[in-house]
Amino acid sequence: MNDMRMDQATPSAGGASPSAIDIRQLSLTFKTNDGPVFALKDVDLKVGAGEFVSFIGPSGCGKTTLLRVIADLETPTGGTIAINGLTPEQARLKRQYGYVFQAPALYPWRTIEKNVMLPLEVFGFSAAERRERAARNLALVNLTGFEQKFPWQLSGGMQQRASIARALSFDPQLLLMDEPFGALDEIVRDKLNEQLLRLWSDTKKTIIFVTHSIPEAVFLSTRIVVMSPRPGRIIDVIDCDLGDKRMLEIRETPEFLKIAHRVREGLRAGHSYDD
Amino acid sequence: MSAASSANAGAPAGKDGSTIPVLVITALILAAWYAACLPMNSNLPQLHNAAGDLMARYQIAWALERPVLPAPHQILIELYNATVNTALFRQTSDGMVLNPRNLSFHAWVTLSATLLGFVIGSVLGIAIAVGIVHSRTLSKSLMPWVIVSQTIPILAIAPIIIVALGSIGLTGLVPKSIISAYLCFFPVTIGMVKGLTSPDTMQLDLMRTYNGSAAQTFWKLRWPAAMPFLFASLKVAITISLVGAIVGELPTGAQAGLGARLLSGSYFGQTIQIWAALFYAAMLAALLVVTITAAERATLRVMGARP
Repeated sequence: MNDMRMDQATPSAGGASPSAIDIRQLSLTFKTNDGPVFALKDVDLKVGAGEFVSFIGPSGCGKTTLLRVIADLETPTGGTIAINGLTPEQARLKRQYGYVFQAPALYPWRTIEKNVMLPLEVFGFSAAERRERAARNLALVNLTGFEQKFPWQLSGGMQQRASIARALSFDPQLLLMDEPFGALDEIVRDKLNEQLLRLWSDTKKTIIFVTHSIPEAVFLSTRIVVMSPRPGRIIDVIDCDLGDKRMLEIRETPEFLKIAHRVREGLRAGHSYDD
Repeated sequence: MSAASSANAGAPAGKDGSTIPVLVITALILAAWYAACLPMNSNLPQLHNAAGDLMARYQIAWALERPVLPAPHQILIELYNATVNTALFRQTSDGMVLNPRNLSFHAWVTLSATLLGFVIGSVLGIAIAVGIVHSRTLSKSLMPWVIVSQTIPILAIAPIIIVALGSIGLTGLVPKSIISAYLCFFPVTIGMVKGLTSPDTMQLDLMRTYNGSAAQTFWKLRWPAAMPFLFASLKVAITISLVGAIVGELPTGAQAGLGARLLSGSYFGQTIQIWAALFYAAMLAALLVVTITAAERATLRVMGARP
């Protein structure tokens, strides 16, 4: 399976092989009262199906903006972007991706089960199908037994897991995650990273993951996209497949540290423009 | 005013240990009231010409027939006599009807106008808020009028509404309800605009990623998010709705209603009757607010609010 994924991950070699995401010369300029802000400039990126790609960079580098462009929550001002051959809007209308926000963004008046059912209600799934999918996806994130709890009765980590179950409930091929564990403490974050990795290898989803944590990016990703601010652009793309069955201990190994070092170097190079 | 200020008294006391403070304040107010009865009434002939020591003078002041300021127990006795001690129904040629000598009859006349006005005003207020939240044009064109509407003194506009509607044959309940609605839609609109726009960007973006329709976003997100705001607004709305109904009874020389009792009491110098009507209105307002608070608690509990 791993080999197959790697083949798809490098479509440029084969030419015809479809990319999950194909971004070319993408730019996004926000017009503000203080003049234009170049949030993204000339971004080129291809993501193959089944890849786990992390965007890393300092705040203001446009990593979240890039994710929001993929999700059709922002409209680019230049360049092209294709998601499974569709425009972001078409992809959104066809419900091809699940989005996980920085905060769980659960609706506080809905139980955990009802929160997971929210997209299914919007899409018009039958009641039986909704229940079945909610149960299945809550089991996937180890939240069985918490169906009838309200969000405030759960810890931050459990809430974020519920929001992942919600994003997975309608089985999108693509999962977009915007610093999902940024607000959680280190211990919870480690645990969720392991769970996410297992979930990814079980479900074979394509995951785009925004983070500002180097260990998190190296541990999770098959590729790391290092970004730099003003204007937001990609300064390095690092291949980083540490194997399917990696555990947290891998973070002590030389391979891990070598990649982490390269990411840090990239971030530092990007930062020198500031000073 | 008494209706509105009694709104807080309507909140259940005691659960959070507020019983004693409330009792202390009540005792202080009663003491000040009883003490004020003598100076307030001292210009009346009964007291002006009365000899005797302070206590004797106070006993006269607390038992006057038409005092400037009646003592609290006089008001309570009047309330008792005008409700419990008076037959609620009486026999007429049409069968049994409510007895106009009973104060509860007047309270019901006012209450029915209050409730109808409250329903009209709340529905209207919510409808305007929905329009304002969903349409930039409406938000720009309607909001200034909503605010201007409340700068007109209700005492000035109430007779106009009564006369205008009277000329097309609408009298009694409906004009009063419209005055109530005119007053009470405002807090509902303001509260619901705030409530319907209260979902944060992430909650709204989430609906966008699902390509949820405007109706789905409204019913699954905006409306439930607005519930706490709605109930806060309704508590204000119901009390001023009562004020509106009473004000609506003043300029017409209405024969029935708490407002009519206030007016006839002032014509004939029946201060105790005025105060009794005021007390009744205040109790009514408290009851209405308690009812809405109970509905609020039940609703928010179902919606998973922290206990």
